[in-house]
Amino acid sequence: MAGPMKMRATLAGGYTDVRVLMTHPMATEQQTKGQPHFIQNLTVKVNGKTVVEGQISQAISRNPVFSFRLSGGAKGDKIEVSWLDNKGDTNKTETAVA
Amino acid sequence: MRAIMGSAALALAIFPAWAQQSPYADYQRMTAESAPIELFELGGEELWKRKQGPKSVSLEQCDLGQGPGELKGAYAGLPRYFKDADRVMDLETRLLHCMMTLQGRSREDATKRVFGNADSPSEMELLSMYVAGKSHGMPMRPGTSHPKEKATYQLGQKLYFHRAGPWDFSCASCHGEEGKRIRMSELPVLFKPQYARPLMATWPAYRVSTSSVVTLQWRMNDCYRQMRMPEPQFGSDTTVALITFMTVNAEGVPYRGPAIKR
Repeated sequence: MAGPMKMRATLAGGYTDVRVLMTHPMATEQQTKGQPHFIQNLTVKVNGKTVVEGQISQAISRNPVFSFRLSGGAKGDKIEVSWLDNKGDTNKTETAVA
Repeated sequence: MRAIMGSAALALAIFPAWAQQSPYADYQRMTAESAPIELFELGGEELWKRKQGPKSVSLEQCDLGQGPGELKGAYAGLPRYFKDADRVMDLETRLLHCMMTLQGRSREDATKRVFGNADSPSEMELLSMYVAGKSHGMPMRPGTSHPKEKATYQLGQKLYFHRAGPWDFSCASCHGEEGKRIRMSELPVLFKPQYARPLMATWPAYRVSTSSVVTLQWRMNDCYRQMRMPEPQFGSDTTVALITFMTVNAEGVPYRGPAIKR
């Protein structure tokens, strides 16, 4: 069951600042006695083209916030961020660069 | 050198007094940068609009003091006296009132789970985050003119200093002297405006150490637990009076929550 996500993408000079929040327990192996639950893959697409394929681990805190910079970008570009966790749950959010 | 001194002076002017003194100001700033507060506001918005209860209606027509459904600045105007309930109410008490009157839910049903946890925040917590977020930046102006508002403030003041329970504690036992702290938490002297103001401007909040949302009703409840007193009833005259006392002491401070806490 995936909770809400929220993203902001703002143009600043020659790059785009993206800040994305996601709801996830990010439970570690140790906390759950062998039943970890965490986001494994993070994908960022700009206008349908994959620009980041991230693999993250249990070491990320609950309800993670990711912010990163993409070079270039223009107002109205569609940015999509999706995640896939180790139990196969997934969620995504999309926003236009402002 | 002059430039450096100039910017230092500017920093002192911008940050409230406690931030200059606090050795934890940096820590607080860093945690605030990655706070997932907006996620909880989104969760609260969904609950605000969800049809619930025997009457199957949403809370969208709930009057939080600025008129039915008016959220802008509503939190900054609380606690205040409500004529329809003939008592002073804080945000959570008012939300409970709306759940009972608008949605037709029983008190028992609506208060079944008022305090949540990291895995699942309570309805009250999410709603508090959502409503409070609509007052961000506005000066806090709790009600102070109605006789019942004055009486509630006075009751809160009495309760704050009233020592009781097996440890003979009062709120002032911990929050009564300047410069005290428990681990990373400074203990604000909440009857003095200079300490009440920065603090009251940040509730409700996301608590990093427990990854959960905390509200003022929870804070009152948990302080009574820590004082080894009987558990106060959610939204009771006791908890509302204490919240009123502290909020009125902080009157006028621009609300900068929902914030983040240790």
